[in-house]
Amino acid sequence: MKRLFIAAAAALLLSSLPVLAAPKQGGAIIITYKDDISTLDPAVGYDWQNWSIIKSIFDGLMDYEPGTTKLTPDLAESFDISPDGLTYTFKLRDGVKFHNGRAMTAGDVKYSIERAVNPATQSPGAGYFSNIAGYDDVAGGKATTLSGITTPDDKTVVIKLTAPNAAFLHIVAMNFSYVVPKEEVEKYGADFGHHPVGTGAFKFVEWNLGQNLTLERFQDYNKKGVPYLDKITFEIGQEPTVNLLRLQKGEVDILGDGIPPAQFVQVTSDPANKELFVAGEQLHTGYVALNVKMKPLDDVRVRQAINMAINKDRIVQILNGRAKVANQVLPPAMPGYDPNYKGYPYDPAQAKKLLAEAGLANGFSTELYVMNTDPQPRIAQAIQQDLAAVGIKAEIKALAQAEVITAGGTDGQAPMVWSGGLAWIADFPDPSNFYSVILGCSGAIAGGWNWSWYCNPDLDKRASAADAMTDPAKADDRNKAWAAIFADVMKDAPWVPIMNETRYTMHSPRVGGDPQLFVEPIHIPVNYDYIFATDAQ
Amino acid sequence: MWGYLSRRLAGSFAILIGITIVTFGLTFLIPADPVRMIAGRNATAQTVENIRQQLGLDRSVPEQYARYVMRLAQGDLGRSYVQKTQVSDLVLSRLPATLLLMAGAIFFELLIGIPAGIFAATRRGRPADRWIMMLSFAGVSAPQFVVGLLLLYIFSNLLSLFPMGGYGTLGHLILPALTLGIAGGGWYARMMRSSMVDVLRQDYVRTARAKGLGPAKVVLVHAFRNAVLPIIAMIGLDVGIFMSGAVVVESVYGWPGIGQLAWMGIQRIDIPIIMGVTLVAAVGIVIGNLVADLITPLIDPRIRLR
Repeated sequence: MKRLFIAAAAALLLSSLPVLAAPKQGGAIIITYKDDISTLDPAVGYDWQNWSIIKSIFDGLMDYEPGTTKLTPDLAESFDISPDGLTYTFKLRDGVKFHNGRAMTAGDVKYSIERAVNPATQSPGAGYFSNIAGYDDVAGGKATTLSGITTPDDKTVVIKLTAPNAAFLHIVAMNFSYVVPKEEVEKYGADFGHHPVGTGAFKFVEWNLGQNLTLERFQDYNKKGVPYLDKITFEIGQEPTVNLLRLQKGEVDILGDGIPPAQFVQVTSDPANKELFVAGEQLHTGYVALNVKMKPLDDVRVRQAINMAINKDRIVQILNGRAKVANQVLPPAMPGYDPNYKGYPYDPAQAKKLLAEAGLANGFSTELYVMNTDPQPRIAQAIQQDLAAVGIKAEIKALAQAEVITAGGTDGQAPMVWSGGLAWIADFPDPSNFYSVILGCSGAIAGGWNWSWYCNPDLDKRASAADAMTDPAKADDRNKAWAAIFADVMKDAPWVPIMNETRYTMHSPRVGGDPQLFVEPIHIPVNYDYIFATDAQ
Repeated sequence: MWGYLSRRLAGSFAILIGITIVTFGLTFLIPADPVRMIAGRNATAQTVENIRQQLGLDRSVPEQYARYVMRLAQGDLGRSYVQKTQVSDLVLSRLPATLLLMAGAIFFELLIGIPAGIFAATRRGRPADRWIMMLSFAGVSAPQFVVGLLLLYIFSNLLSLFPMGGYGTLGHLILPALTLGIAGGGWYARMMRSSMVDVLRQDYVRTARAKGLGPAKVVLVHAFRNAVLPIIAMIGLDVGIFMSGAVVVESVYGWPGIGQLAWMGIQRIDIPIIMGVTLVAAVGIVIGNLVADLITPLIDPRIRLR
């Protein structure tokens, strides 16, 4: 489900960097999307399409350096972490104004986080703040203010945690913590997401439901010279195929949905397009979840055999090469990724041997759940054939995405799930984001996202310990700890990591900027704040 | 007339009650748990329970239905789970585009279908008849996606005669309406032809011919009025069908109609949108049929409404 999986990607350019023109001020561009944009309320919006637009309208305490996964203070001018890792003190930047003209204060930061936690907001991100003292009372409806957040003065926010969490700075860089003005939220109520007011580089102008959405440069933005563009129009509703034609005709500037797969080879092989299409690595891993609680997958040898039976190269071929083969849980661009880890080799003979050792020399029958939209069923068929070659008969269950999610989250229902189209894309660039919900014990519950139902209390403990390593000086040790945790996960083989997706998009010659901005790690798909119009006067 | 109208309205009302039961049933037929979808993947059991309560999904089924109907009676179609907007706002914002496309499509259907059908009927069994029937068959069977892209490619991309999709001017309307008109026109041509062939065999047409009226006058004045009746019923049906949207054509041309809304709702399992659009479409079909039945006697006074 696309909307749930917010991409944060580390852009590693595949093509060489062209000589960059100096940014120009002014101009307007048009971006296309097939689907309607859903709410722009930062506490609620949670799909890759509104994620980047929200980032342009709102700001949070922390952000990332444009085009990278490097954290940097944003609305906070500086921050300080207590030695025990439990208290974060943020000093706010001067001269930050909301689009309605009012100056932003520490109280707004506190209000915004409390609002995201308040159950009435129905924020899908509320759980990220569970570390803040007082969370349980607000989430349980007993209070509306978090005891863990205090504002000694208008420029200082102090946040107290119940346990140290090295990913906390990433969490206050997420959209759910972005600062909103109370008076506007109260004015529009549940419709605030359609009348967004923030402190961001662009202010909201107009939204014709189902047609287009317009943003304009916020003149009083707190960073000098940014953004470059005067106006961005998002056009909604057309097929990506048609949008590509329109881009080639000069009618639109950026394909929000990327290059349509059917035209991919044609577009990328045309030398005229060389500087117009961009590739970026995603913080994404596509995997087959193996249900460790279901027979015969409860035998680690069977799971290891499945890991060795699948030819991942062929799956990358099916995707026209828009991916790289994966051998571990973390994608290469994520801290903690272990380049020396070899993983399970493609070795059907060894797989057969392992199955025989497990007493399944004649193979067995099982089911593989998959989303029913192209190319997922084709990938599932490739997996099916590979498994058949070692004697495993996997029946493909191609279902609508919601049904696949439900099946994965139902105890004892889905022995295998191919995660394609639903695969894990990190919410923020930290290895912890690839553990608890999808591999930890807390996710192995009915309705949870740990579809392999893998629960290793010892690893959970080590994960908590790694999360408690908040000292930035120990970041390397922490990454090593995570690498070891994921290596041990792979020993139990609850997943078959298959591939890491690459994102490709295309823009018109009218748009300039560092190519990495178009496949942004964080502002996926595009960092609108830093791109510019080459024809601006 | 009034008796008939009130009986038909009562009947329509009963159908609408049935429709509310069906759309309400959708909530239970769709396999996904909306609460889980809203709550997100990090949600605790407590959050999930909170949201379930807010949506009223923890109440008994009859109570949920009663609340649903009460809200409908006040024009409240609920709030979209994904877009967090009133469904009635979403539907209303797309209604003008849908009605406009409907009018354009029906215009082209009639423009293509009626003359082709009449012409084929008058040349029955001859090559012209066979050609027209073959083309109409092709028009009916061609996937709208292909026709749409083809028209777009030729008229917008190569010839630059029309904008490449969008909404707002007459130029935007022509290609999508034509795409729908080509498909629907095929049906209309076939129906018009068989109806016309039937009428041309009747005694009063023979009488008219015997009186020495020219063939054009016989066909267009005498026969046409009777032959066109089944087409009117069909327009009534079309109104209903277009109310639920022309999904494919709308997405090719970026036409902001109800079909697009429905399709996005289905993809995202946004149950209030699916329910709302189903309801609006059903109401459209009921009204379309009613209006078609009421218009028929205006054209053929022999038909009385009792």
